[in-house]
Amino acid sequence: MRKIKEFFIEKLILICGLVSIFFVVLIFLFLLREGLAVFKNVSPSNFLLGKSWYPISEPPQLGIFPLILGSLLVTVGAAIISIPIGVGCAVYIAEVAPLKTKEILKAGIELLAAIPSVVLGFIGMVTLVPLVKNIFHLPTGLTALSGSIMLAFMAMPTIVSIAEDALYSVPKTYKEGALALGATHWQSIWRVMLPAASSGILAAVMLGIGRVIGETMAVMMITGNAAVIPNSILVPVRTLTATIAAEMGEAVVGGEHYFALFAIGIVLFVISFAINVTADLFLHRRR
Amino acid sequence: MRNPHRSQNIAFALLLFATLLIIIPVGLIVVIIIQKGIPAISWQFISDIPRQGMRAGGIYPAIIGTLYLVSGAIIFALPVGLLAAIYLSEYSKDNFLNRLIKLSIVNLAGVPSVVYGLFGLALFVVFFKFGASILSGSLTLGIMILPIIVTTSREALESVPQSFREVSLSLGASKWQTIRHIVLPNAIPGILTGTILGLGRAAGETAPILFTVAAFYLPQLPKTVFDQAMALPYHLYVISTQVPNVEEKIRYGTAFVLLAMVLFMNLVAIVIRYQFRKRKKW
Repeated sequence: MRKIKEFFIEKLILICGLVSIFFVVLIFLFLLREGLAVFKNVSPSNFLLGKSWYPISEPPQLGIFPLILGSLLVTVGAAIISIPIGVGCAVYIAEVAPLKTKEILKAGIELLAAIPSVVLGFIGMVTLVPLVKNIFHLPTGLTALSGSIMLAFMAMPTIVSIAEDALYSVPKTYKEGALALGATHWQSIWRVMLPAASSGILAAVMLGIGRVIGETMAVMMITGNAAVIPNSILVPVRTLTATIAAEMGEAVVGGEHYFALFAIGIVLFVISFAINVTADLFLHRRR
Repeated sequence: MRNPHRSQNIAFALLLFATLLIIIPVGLIVVIIIQKGIPAISWQFISDIPRQGMRAGGIYPAIIGTLYLVSGAIIFALPVGLLAAIYLSEYSKDNFLNRLIKLSIVNLAGVPSVVYGLFGLALFVVFFKFGASILSGSLTLGIMILPIIVTTSREALESVPQSFREVSLSLGASKWQTIRHIVLPNAIPGILTGTILGLGRAAGETAPILFTVAAFYLPQLPKTVFDQAMALPYHLYVISTQVPNVEEKIRYGTAFVLLAMVLFMNLVAIVIRYQFRKRKKW
């Protein structure tokens, strides 16, 4: 009797073990199921490279190029800000900070990771947006720059914690060897620790960027949502994620607009999949 | 020749500066929300429905909606996630399948939250015809927090020493008995930590509930799991961007309640983890 019970329990455990594979596949299949229908009316190249996104005009114009550029601009901006600061902070926490300070700093980073994105978006709206508007004398502070700064901030916890792990996992003997040869602490960090942890740090940066591309609420609240091709970092833009979040409420289930938004979902899924698989390879190589 | 000690000082100063660039804004954000949010908090704010087009009254339905959603998400995600963690830690061998499962978990954790929203809409709302409902929203959030629960639970299970299992098995216990009576009880604090972190994440997310459950304005409480509900993060989004002329006090108050809820859960998780580390015998 017990044998039978345990047999079923172990089968149940196996099924649950496989459930994550199942969900990844299921997500992709359902995105395809709803999203591919848009290509009956618009070719994939026109969809990806079309310059105008007017989903409710007649006939609808479904080119997501402005949205891709919007996402790209905001992401590049966020990467430029967050990579040096995030990696610097990781090095400080892992190598320089005294033990007590280290614990406080780590708690601070965890705190940042825990703040919901809609709260950060709200705070960005009331503090950062007016600031950007006044500094650059713009008609509106809802710009790609504000979005980049906010997103850089949101990528930091990912970058810092993974880069810090990478630095910790460098064998102690490397550093001791460098110090024994007369290198200063900084020289041992710069010449030995950072190169040794480079693949882990690269993974940290990639995962941080993945977080930025996928971020939705904060970016929708502070980038101004103008689906036009941006010509500077000081104009409103609209990202892929914000388009889905802002427009799905109005799209009719089974309509062309609905299909197009799912097709954007496919693009996002593929990007995040590629980033995560590559980052995982880098993390794996380290071990 | 350059003085290596001077360049070290400059480098360390820059690293400290980078760290402060992150830590100071984090502190400021929390302080601003507390400072401007607390004056808005009153019994009426917590317990009343929104009035005058959400420009007055309270946020009670949004708080309750979020509590329902979070409970629903955890009811789904905890058993599935825990069993998945048991599989990874106790049963799986170091082979291709194991690698594939881990990769899927990493990917599931990396899927943008708005894509979860799309998935929930396509699968639960449209395909299963649950409609925009607490059920659809909870399941969507549940799948989203699954990777957090699997990862933390697996770590907790794996940190139980191998010798515990060996002793139990050598006394004649079966594999499942060993897991059930030896491994699980010793891993409970870690599992609890992961569960609470998952709860906090589910409570704060907006994008996955946008099209699966969230109601713009719904003055009465949901009665069944097939009803729509208001939710705190969505409510904050609505009153900050969609409704004009909402008093600043109400917005900060809502942000404060949401932040307090999420940070409280994180704090509980941290305390449990800390206590456990102190007590750990191995």
